[in-house]
Amino acid sequence: MGADAIRFLLNGEPVEVSGIATTTSLLSWLRIHRGLTGTKEGCGEGDCGACTVVVGELAGEGEEPSGEPSDELRLYSLNACIQFVPALDGKAVFTVEYLRRQAGGSLHPVQQAMVDCHGSQCGFCTPGFVMSLWDLYNDCVPAGTRPDTARIRSQLAGNLCRCTGYRPIIEAGERMFELPERVLDREALRAGLLALRRSGGFDYAHDGCHFHAPRTLAGLVELRSRKPQATLLAGCTDIGLWVNKQFRDVGDLIHVGRVEELRQIGEQHGFLRIGAAVPLSDAYAALCRRYPELGELWERFASLPVRNAGTLGGNIANGSPIGDSAPALIVLGARVVLHGMHGRRTLPLEAFYLDYMKKDLAADEIVEAVEVPLRAPTLRLRSWKLSKRFDSDISAVCAAFALQLEDGIVRAPRIAFGGMAATSRRALRTEAALEGRRWDEAALAAALQALDQDYAPLGDLRASAGYRRRAAANLLRRFHLETRAEAPLDAQQTRVFAAFDSFAAQSQPLPSPEAAR
Amino acid sequence: MKAETLPQASPAAPAAHHGHPHESAHLHVSGEATYVDDIRELAGTVHAALGLSTQAHARITALGLDAVRAMPGVIAVFTAADIPGSNDCGPIIHDDPILADGLVQYVGQPIFAVVAESHELARCAARRAEVAYEPLPAVLDPLQAKQQHSFVLPPMQLVRGDPAACLAAAPHRLAGRWQVGGQEQFYLEGQISYAVPREDGCIHLWCSTQHPTEMQQVVGHALGLAANQVVVEMRRMGGGFGGKESQSALFACVAALAASRLRRPVKLRPDRDDDMMITGKRHDFHYDYDVGFDDDGRILAARIEMTARAGFSADLSGPVATRAICHFDNAYYLSDVDIRALCARTNTQSNTAFRGFGGPQGAIAIEYIIDSIARELGRDPLDVRKLNFYGGEGRDLTPYGQRVEDNVIHELVAELEAGSAYRERRRGIAAFNAASPVLKKGLALTPLKFGISFNVAHYNQAGALVHVYTDGSVLVNHGGTEMGQGLNTKVCQVVANELGIPLAQVRATAADTSKVANTSATAASTGADLNGKAAEDAARRIRLRLAEFAAGTYGGGSIGADAVRFTNGQVEIGETVQPFAELVIRAYEARVQLWSEGFYATPRLSWDLSTLTGRPFYYFAYGAAVSEVLVDTLTGEWRLLRADLLHDAGNSINPAIDIGQVEGAFIQGMGWLTMEELWWNKDGRLMTHAPSTYKIPAAHDCPAEFHTRLFRNHSHEDTILRSKAVGEPPLLLPFSVLLAIRDAIAAAGDGRTNPPLRAPATPEAILDAVEAVRAACGEGSRP
Repeated sequence: MGADAIRFLLNGEPVEVSGIATTTSLLSWLRIHRGLTGTKEGCGEGDCGACTVVVGELAGEGEEPSGEPSDELRLYSLNACIQFVPALDGKAVFTVEYLRRQAGGSLHPVQQAMVDCHGSQCGFCTPGFVMSLWDLYNDCVPAGTRPDTARIRSQLAGNLCRCTGYRPIIEAGERMFELPERVLDREALRAGLLALRRSGGFDYAHDGCHFHAPRTLAGLVELRSRKPQATLLAGCTDIGLWVNKQFRDVGDLIHVGRVEELRQIGEQHGFLRIGAAVPLSDAYAALCRRYPELGELWERFASLPVRNAGTLGGNIANGSPIGDSAPALIVLGARVVLHGMHGRRTLPLEAFYLDYMKKDLAADEIVEAVEVPLRAPTLRLRSWKLSKRFDSDISAVCAAFALQLEDGIVRAPRIAFGGMAATSRRALRTEAALEGRRWDEAALAAALQALDQDYAPLGDLRASAGYRRRAAANLLRRFHLETRAEAPLDAQQTRVFAAFDSFAAQSQPLPSPEAAR
Repeated sequence: MKAETLPQASPAAPAAHHGHPHESAHLHVSGEATYVDDIRELAGTVHAALGLSTQAHARITALGLDAVRAMPGVIAVFTAADIPGSNDCGPIIHDDPILADGLVQYVGQPIFAVVAESHELARCAARRAEVAYEPLPAVLDPLQAKQQHSFVLPPMQLVRGDPAACLAAAPHRLAGRWQVGGQEQFYLEGQISYAVPREDGCIHLWCSTQHPTEMQQVVGHALGLAANQVVVEMRRMGGGFGGKESQSALFACVAALAASRLRRPVKLRPDRDDDMMITGKRHDFHYDYDVGFDDDGRILAARIEMTARAGFSADLSGPVATRAICHFDNAYYLSDVDIRALCARTNTQSNTAFRGFGGPQGAIAIEYIIDSIARELGRDPLDVRKLNFYGGEGRDLTPYGQRVEDNVIHELVAELEAGSAYRERRRGIAAFNAASPVLKKGLALTPLKFGISFNVAHYNQAGALVHVYTDGSVLVNHGGTEMGQGLNTKVCQVVANELGIPLAQVRATAADTSKVANTSATAASTGADLNGKAAEDAARRIRLRLAEFAAGTYGGGSIGADAVRFTNGQVEIGETVQPFAELVIRAYEARVQLWSEGFYATPRLSWDLSTLTGRPFYYFAYGAAVSEVLVDTLTGEWRLLRADLLHDAGNSINPAIDIGQVEGAFIQGMGWLTMEELWWNKDGRLMTHAPSTYKIPAAHDCPAEFHTRLFRNHSHEDTILRSKAVGEPPLLLPFSVLLAIRDAIAAAGDGRTNPPLRAPATPEAILDAVEAVRAACGEGSRP
């Protein structure tokens, strides 16, 4: 197996990198090897945003399944501290140092707006904010759109500032569009990326460790069966921490991010099929178009850079007891498609989780896709998480409720919780207590009683066992208040964050299942 | 969401009292601002990491470091035995080992340092130690420490009048317990020191610190060096908030020790988790209170005992407790009081300075109490507050004996009350709550009064050095440090103002112990007050020399030096006008000294540590805030809907920077009181030691309606350009957020039941309080 050099564009210029460990983070490489110290380390775990960079790539995902790679240019923000350099092969990396160059030596409008609005104090988080805003700027200016405040806040939700209180930074996100435009030369960038494009997979090696990035599903499955000990790598939002924080030896890495088949989203046979390597951003956009009820969950699911890097497949395959996707997917009846050397098998998602961090996944298998049933017209669905902070926090409790309401009668109720047991798990007693009942106070009371039997949560730094228990019950009450037949309350009456749903709603939900492709 | 006086100062605007951008803003936004870790490393630089205790309290019976030494890339390992001078970096009391020597006193305490070829290697190697411990009983809870009379310092008490008799005679009594959590500083740039050995045993140290002089001293003591052998340089910090006042010392000492022993440049940058495990935080406080009041809510007597978690050592807990005692009164006249403070010794991180320095913990107690009194009496808390304000006959003496001479709290609160439509919104909220079964709104207006100066008089001094070069450009160095608060910007404004030149002509340099000696910490909000005055003094000396020269040279014998005007980069000598740069070069040729030192010592201060009385503060800053929140009574989730802030910065030197300080402090303090929760497990291990588990406010926490204004005022005292200190006081503004949440929770009951709401008011704390209120008022209130 030949070892390739890593090739990518750094601030517009092609670079070729070798001689670094497979797990060298982009942040270390920028700072130590390139002396680009504008990108800062605040936490080393993707939670503060001081290391935010913008990455560009030619990508083919989106709703249209296509066999061929698309030339569509996509730019998105990432946390440089939890990206391994080999994963950037074929992409373009922009750091804060690029902006002045782009603006011919003066400040870019994003930077000028930050100065004008007094958006920096100590300045340490500032380059990260500037890059998040630059990402937004590049999104909006060519399209001729202007973000509203909700969009700006969402864009910045992964950047922590301890000095300003955010108001002036959010204002800079508005003001930057009022200054003379500086448009990124997307054609030049596209051309640069096309020149880097490899026809097949990519293999990098250093010091006996390999970084494999196969191009095809068949190649991936073959590699996996040959190297069952290797670590499968998708968005690196978790494995980055294994390396940065736990010094784990991850051995050989198999990166799923280049496998075209895993990067597709589409509808088939009554399911929305989301490839395992689809970034969370795209996966949730597709989910929320069909299930707008998941809007708040989406808004609160990690931060934008983490959603841009992480994948739904990785989130599921990781099997964390508090993965916030799992409850909603479980109640929707999602299934997971596994692929091994002997072919495919499909499992209900809830059957995939065996115990704490244990999954029904053979050594030669990979998660290929998640399939979510399309919406039934009688569906009542909600999923909420509870945490100390709205933005990018890990939930104490994550709840999902789904039922079919037919003439006021509950059919096929499915309820699942994260944070209440060793895995995300259905509340089977509660479901049984509801099946076939009129969705009234008596049914709620019976369900609450059953819920108390369904879980025995633990207490930890996020919440006590008692809070988890009471809050879980109260979320069931809230679900009832919003979906009951008699005088249901709307979200404005039941949720303090209803006002934050606007951004999620922008993705224009599909009007009905029939109208979907 | 506009700050209503967001000023856009053009470069041509006068230097002082205009909202010029931060002097480094263009560097911040372009990534060119250099922090310690960004300094190009000298050849041969190696990296240190610390090995930490895994036990809360234990004797080390064996320290196995062979595996650490054996790791490829490791250069050296140092323990306490390698420290040639004193193994201590405590700022006041000398009970802070640099490296634990046989005894560990908290989980996270550094035991050894490993130096390796790279940062990653050093961190990895540090985890390979095999340490054997003999566990000792650990005290993890400050109330348990209090029970065991285990304190790091003797208890403090301030009594005035006859509180016992007044309490007994009061028509109403309210007694209770309450608690407020601690807070991690979470400076975005972590602790870091970079030490370079120089000739003759000297050390040059770049250190992210608020206190370069103290770093110079502790490094000197640890290495057995004289102060003149250690230079500490500090261009800027990526935030400090008090966390880099005393506790940068451990990192400075270890880096300097390793550099000195290895004769190589050594950088020590703990990663975020290690930083949070090692360093102290804001003290959590536990209160036992008893107040007496009349039918209107006027406080007749108060007794409070505050137990602060000091952690394993004294650090700055003494002065923190003193400030808490001196801020229990906040804006209220308390005739008969008994205020006590205990510094509980616990086997946790040694708590330290954090913006406000005990002041917020002292003042929030009385705000909680007044809020409780009002609800008890069925009155609007604002009315009870007003009734108790300082002011009126015989009501201007603080418990510690300082007269309140500059009181503006009545006018300020009246202006905010009207401007924020407090009364109308109060009625609107009552209507909303009556119709809303699940969500409840709450509203609160809280005032603040904050004393400005170090409580220890001798810290209230500063020096500066101003150079005027022959091209007319000016360089200013002073004893303060820039941590984002805009100190350098303000000092440059002061110097430009004094010399009558455009701000762009003045540049500030890094703090440097070899330029200005014996500096105080940049702390207690005094940075601009002290260093601004010192820089003004230096600039004034130069101006006076230039004026004398100009009068003699151009005045034709008829114009005195005091008639020479410096303005807009010009010097006016009667009818003659000379550009400043022109005058400077002529003065140079005439051998006039164009640089000067400056010095300032705050006047009128006195403090008797034994009686806790005197005049510890030069003046007071004031402010008030109104917050409106929406609370979910089912989950305890909440959201800040609107905040109106009105703050007294005197005659602000830079309104844009001051508004930034006010808003930033508000959100930071809101984080302290609502979402930032420090959580230790049963073994004393801090489990919230990274931003994944410790949540500071993020973008969605900034309210959609956020109105911030500066109160029109000028300092009653001769402060720098009649401005007032603004760093810490506004941290008290978000008391209004906590009490608005409490107000909303009360609305879930009968409105008269006081919700037992602890801080931080996490969703869990809120739900607990909701359920307590509902239990007290009957289940009928459930949605």
